[in-house]
Amino acid sequence: MTATTSEDFSAFLRPQGQGTSSLDLLVKGARCAGCMAKIEQAAGKAPGVSAARMNLTSGKLSVTFEGADGDPAVVIAALDALGYPATPFDPAQAAAAHDREGRRLLMAMAVAAFGAANAMMFSVPLWAGLFGQELGPATRTFMQWASALVGAPCAIFAGAPFFESAWRSVKARRANMDVPISIGVILTLAISFVETLQHGRDAYFDAAVSLLFLLLIGRWLDHRLRTRARSAAADLLALQAPAASVLGPDGRERRTPVSEVAVGDLILVRPGERVPVDGEIQVGVSDFDNALLTGETTPQTLGPTQACRAGALSLTGTIRMRATARSEDSAVAAIARLVEAGAQSKSAYVRLADKAAAIYVPVVHAAAALTFVGGWALGVDPREALLRAVAVLIITCPCALGLAVPAVQITASARLFRKGVLVKSGAALERLAEIDHVVFDKTGVLTLGRPMLIDPAPATIAMAAPLARASSHPLARALANEDPGKDMATDVKETPGGGVEGRIGGRLARLGRADFVGVRGPVSAETELWFGFEGDTKVRFCFQDQLRPDARRTIDELRARGLTVEILSGDGPGPVQAIARAVGVDHWRASLSPTDKVSAIAELAAAGRKVLMVGDGLNDAAALAKAHAGMAPGTALDASQNAADLVFSGEGLGAVRISIDVARAARHRALENFGFSALYNLVAAPAAMFGLINPFVAALAMSGSSLVVTLNALRMSRAGR
Amino acid sequence: MSIIFLLAPFSILLALVGLAAFWWTLRHNQYDDPAGDAARILIDDGGEGPPGRL
Repeated sequence: MTATTSEDFSAFLRPQGQGTSSLDLLVKGARCAGCMAKIEQAAGKAPGVSAARMNLTSGKLSVTFEGADGDPAVVIAALDALGYPATPFDPAQAAAAHDREGRRLLMAMAVAAFGAANAMMFSVPLWAGLFGQELGPATRTFMQWASALVGAPCAIFAGAPFFESAWRSVKARRANMDVPISIGVILTLAISFVETLQHGRDAYFDAAVSLLFLLLIGRWLDHRLRTRARSAAADLLALQAPAASVLGPDGRERRTPVSEVAVGDLILVRPGERVPVDGEIQVGVSDFDNALLTGETTPQTLGPTQACRAGALSLTGTIRMRATARSEDSAVAAIARLVEAGAQSKSAYVRLADKAAAIYVPVVHAAAALTFVGGWALGVDPREALLRAVAVLIITCPCALGLAVPAVQITASARLFRKGVLVKSGAALERLAEIDHVVFDKTGVLTLGRPMLIDPAPATIAMAAPLARASSHPLARALANEDPGKDMATDVKETPGGGVEGRIGGRLARLGRADFVGVRGPVSAETELWFGFEGDTKVRFCFQDQLRPDARRTIDELRARGLTVEILSGDGPGPVQAIARAVGVDHWRASLSPTDKVSAIAELAAAGRKVLMVGDGLNDAAALAKAHAGMAPGTALDASQNAADLVFSGEGLGAVRISIDVARAARHRALENFGFSALYNLVAAPAAMFGLINPFVAALAMSGSSLVVTLNALRMSRAGR
Repeated sequence: MSIIFLLAPFSILLALVGLAAFWWTLRHNQYDDPAGDAARILIDDGGEGPPGRL
C-alpha cells in the first residue's frame, strides 16, 4: 500500500475504536483560514484518510484513518508539497496534551461566577437592610437561606481545587497559600449557617463564593501559563527529535520514535541528521559535528567499526550504524540523569506567594485567636467575639496573594513571549529576578555556532565557490555564502572526512582537508579549508566561529545591572580566550566536561551566588538544570531546552538582558502588591476586631483589593523595553 | 410580595440553564481551538448560498 514512498511512519499511529487509527501531526506555517482549508483538503484526499481536522491554536493536524493500515507518509508528503512541513507527534505526548486540569478549573470558575452573581442577588436586600431600609427578620432569614442554598454548594464545588491542594500540603507538613484560603472559606460557610439558623445578621455566603471566583481567575491564569509553555516545549521536542530510520530485514526504511529503537537495530543516518542512539558504524564514513555535545567546533571524522555518540550531527556522508544502546541508555541519558538531579534541587525552591503565606498564615490566625480570646476576656459576648474572629479571617483572606502573583507573571511572560522568549513557569521568572551572576557557554551562545570565513579575498573565493556549492559540509557552505555566483562544478564526488572533488570549467579541482588537496605540512590548529586545481598552487581559507552581533553590548548591559559574568566552555583554551577577550570577560574556563560545568555551578551556588546559566549544548543541559535559572537559545538541543527555564529565539543575545529586566520588574510589582495587601490588612483586620465589619463592607473590601492588585499587575506590560 | 417565591427560583433556574450550556460547550471541546473556529467561518465550502459580491 505504500507505493509512493519508502518511509514508514506507522509506529506513530494510535489505534482508535472500530478498526480506525489516528495520528497527530505538528504542521508548521498554518496561520489563516486559507491555509487551514488547503491543509485539511490535502490531508483528506490522501488514500485511507477518513477525516482531517486542523487545530489552528495548537498548530496540530489530527488525521483519522479508515482501517488500521493507513499510511501517514502519504499525508506528510502531500503537506510538504503544499509547503507546510509536518512532523509526527509522539503518541504519548499527544495523549498528555489533553488538558483535564484546565477544564476542571474553567468549570469551577463558571460555577463560582454563577454562585457569586446569584447569591449576590439575595445579598443586595440584606445589605439594604443594614442601612436602615425596611427588612423584617422573617424576610432577612428567607434571603439568607436563599443565599445559602445557592452559595454554599457553589462554594464547595468551586473550592474543591483549593481544598485538595491544602489537604496535600497539610499532609506533607507544609503550609501553602491554599491552607488559609480553605480555612477561611470553610469557616465562613460554617459561621454563616450558624448565623442563619439563629436568625443573626452576619451571613457571608456571597463573600465566600466571590472570593473563590477571584482566586480561581488567578489559578486559571497560572495554569494557562504553564500549559502553554509546556506545549510549546513539546512542539520543539517533536521538531527536533525526529524519528530514527530503522532498516528492516527486507531493507525497507521504517521511521520509528527514538524511544522505541532496540539494541542491534540497523539505523540509517543521512547527512544533516543527528545520530539517534549510541552505535557502531557499519558502512560509510562521515564528518560529525559534536558542537552541541561537547562544545568543540572542529568536526570529527568517523568510519566503520568506530563508535558514534547520540546527538552528534552527521555532516557529509550517509552511514549505516548498529545501535549499541537504547535511547535511555545512550551517552545522552547520563546527562539526562544529571539534569534530573538538578531539576530536583530546583523543585525545593519556595515560591514568592508561598513564602508570603508562611509569614501571613501564623500572623492572621494569631490575630483571629486573639480577637476571640481577648474579646471574651474584655467582656464581649462569646458569640459576638467568635463572629469578630471569623470576620478577621474573612476580611484578611489572601485574595491579593492568590491573584496578584499569577496576574503579574502572566503579563510578564506575555510580554516576553512577544519578544521571542518562552517562559516555562512562573517560578522561573521569580528565580531569574534573583540572579547576581551570569555564566555563558561559548559555542552557540556567545557565538552563532557556525563558521565564518576570515579575511575573504573575492578572487580566490570566486574560484573555489562552484565546488563549495556542491558540498553540504558547513565550511563549504560558509565559503559558498561569500560568493554571489551560481555556477556549479560538474562530476562532483564527495569523500567523507576528506573533501570534495569536481571539474570547474573542465579542470579537476579539490576542496577539503590539507592532505586531501595535496598539501603536506604540520596540521594547523585553526579551522581551515584548502583549495587547488590539479597541479596548481593551493589556497588556504581560514574560518572562525562568529560572535553574536550584540554579545559585547549585552555583557556590558548585564554588568551595568550589577551582575558578574563568566564563560564556561567545553572548547579548547585558544578559541575560548579569543572570544573572552572579544567580549571583555576576564573570568573564563575552557575544556570543561559536562560534570565539570555542574560542579563549577555548584561551587558558585555554595559560595552564595545565584547563577543564571545560558547554554545550548548537551554538555550544558545538566548545568542549566543545576543553576538557579537557565536560559537556552531556540537552536539548542532538546535536552537543553527541556532543562532550561526560558528559551529565547532570534540572532541576538539581547533577550537575556530583556528577560532579566522583565523578571525584576515582575518581582517588583509582586512585592508592591504584597505591600498593598499588607496595608489593606493593617486597616481591615483591626476594623474586623472591633466589630465594624458587616457583610456589605466585607464584600466591598475584598473585591476592591483584588481589583487594585490586578490593575497594578497590568502596569507590568510597560517594563523591559 | 409573595411573587418573590416564584420569581427567585425562576431566576436561579434561568442562570442554571446558562451554566448547563457552558458545561455543554466545555464538554464538546469548544474551547480547544479558538483561533481555528474564528477562521473556519471564512472558509468557503463552495456551491451553497448566493454568489459573493465585490
